[in-house]
Amino acid sequence: MKKTIITVVGKDKVGIIARVCTYLAENQVNILDISQTIVQGYFNMMMVTDTSASPKDTGTIAEELTVIGEQTGVVIHCQHEDIFQMMHRI
Amino acid sequence: MINIFEVNETNKMIDQENLDVRTITMGISLLDCIDANLDRTNENIYEKITRKAQRLVAVGEEISREYGIPIVNKRISVTPIALVGSSCCHNSSDFVTIARTLERAASCVGVNFLGGYSALVSKGMTQAEEMMIRSIPEALASTEHVCSSVNVGSTRTGIDMDAVRLLGEIILETAKATRHQDSLGCAKLVVFCNAPDDNPFMAGAFHGVTESDTVINVGVSGPGVVKTTIEQVRGQDFQTLCETIKKTAFKVTRVGQLVAEEASRRLKVPFGIVDLSLAPTPAIGDSVAEILEEIGLERAGAPGTTAALALLNDSVKKGGVMASASVGGLSGAFIPVSEDQGMIDAVSAGALSLEKLEAMTCVCSVGLDMIAIPGDTPASTISGIIADEAAIGMINAKTTAVRVIPVIGKGVGDSVEFGGLLGHAPIIPVNRFSCEAFVARGGRIPAPIHSFKN
Repeated sequence: MKKTIITVVGKDKVGIIARVCTYLAENQVNILDISQTIVQGYFNMMMVTDTSASPKDTGTIAEELTVIGEQTGVVIHCQHEDIFQMMHRI
Repeated sequence: MINIFEVNETNKMIDQENLDVRTITMGISLLDCIDANLDRTNENIYEKITRKAQRLVAVGEEISREYGIPIVNKRISVTPIALVGSSCCHNSSDFVTIARTLERAASCVGVNFLGGYSALVSKGMTQAEEMMIRSIPEALASTEHVCSSVNVGSTRTGIDMDAVRLLGEIILETAKATRHQDSLGCAKLVVFCNAPDDNPFMAGAFHGVTESDTVINVGVSGPGVVKTTIEQVRGQDFQTLCETIKKTAFKVTRVGQLVAEEASRRLKVPFGIVDLSLAPTPAIGDSVAEILEEIGLERAGAPGTTAALALLNDSVKKGGVMASASVGGLSGAFIPVSEDQGMIDAVSAGALSLEKLEAMTCVCSVGLDMIAIPGDTPASTISGIIADEAAIGMINAKTTAVRVIPVIGKGVGDSVEFGGLLGHAPIIPVNRFSCEAFVARGGRIPAPIHSFKN
């Protein structure tokens, strides 16, 4: 399984999750977990996803999500889970 | 499971604190390219570099996209050219043809820099090595991506003062040969004592003869991350400060280790080392000098600077060593002047002198780095500066280096703009008293005694 972490940070508004989830569904990306919090008035969402069934590679998904983020006025990152595991787990 | 706060911490380091992987450097041995015929040697070199490094840049970009971590440079280091060209080069111009071949190969694969136009002459120079050193000014003036280095001393061998004398002249000639670019050629030339074989950073990278055929070395960075983290412990005692730096260095280095492993796997090239250096850039908030200020100095260069730098350097190593399977290269804080906005400000404010920089090099990697000096500085004075720095390295069993830029046509009060990561710098005053008779002696400073450490 290729686990990817998607984060969305920005001003809260209607339809952010819907927009991201629609894109993921269209590209056969399975959502394993979602958590969400408000930090200093900003909307913070983190999704753990599985991209192994997607026809697109992680790099392409990351680029397309960045564009969606720019269109909706939020910052979207999509990164391989390993970078966080390496940094925060021994 | 990773939580949202940990993810945010990592992304904040990348987005706001300039965390990046500074370089993926592929070391390539050119020993099997050696031929008695110059043309054939050049062909072999071009073929091997372009074959081995064909996918280096693409793989670097791929990793960067998938992990969301910037990888600033993709570079190549090769076997010291003085060795590779020794049987086919009969004069300095022959060596320059190899420099041009390296340039063509670097452009073909799209790397930022290629290091290894180098000679290792810590005890003495062969005829070929001397010819190669004499070719450096023309080689650097006629190429863009090629970097050169010369190792003139070591703790085991002493210092080759003939090479030191020659390099004072060569640095000045290189400055003159590139005078129309503010003597930029000198930014691509480093003189070492105790040069490491596996350094991924430029301009001093070369692929040592002790290395395997091809290897991946990675240099991490992150002065901005360290600075932001220690803001949280402002006013607290030194143990707390050092612990905080160690933890941050650990996290930063883990990213380097991950990128190194991935690059090695995807390129099918063995992983060599992670270099733990804190490498600043001219960007605001990416400065080693700002860390020193955060530790409690009004400006880098104030009394206490050497001690602050020593604890910073040591803590980075302690944190980083555990984070990586194999550590090497230069591993420490870099204190280049032109590449660090805080250092530039310190020099401009009169807080930081060449002599204080020399003292700082006793406790950190790597040496007098990217320092612009007056263009009328005599060659013997440059040799004297190199000898001083090499002596520090030789006696203290550490790597030291000199990368000074005598800017032709400029003096104290002027400043110089190199552009990009090389930054800009005010010209720093140099002690005007002569060391000509000292440098003129020639020969070798014998290896130091290894006991009675006082």
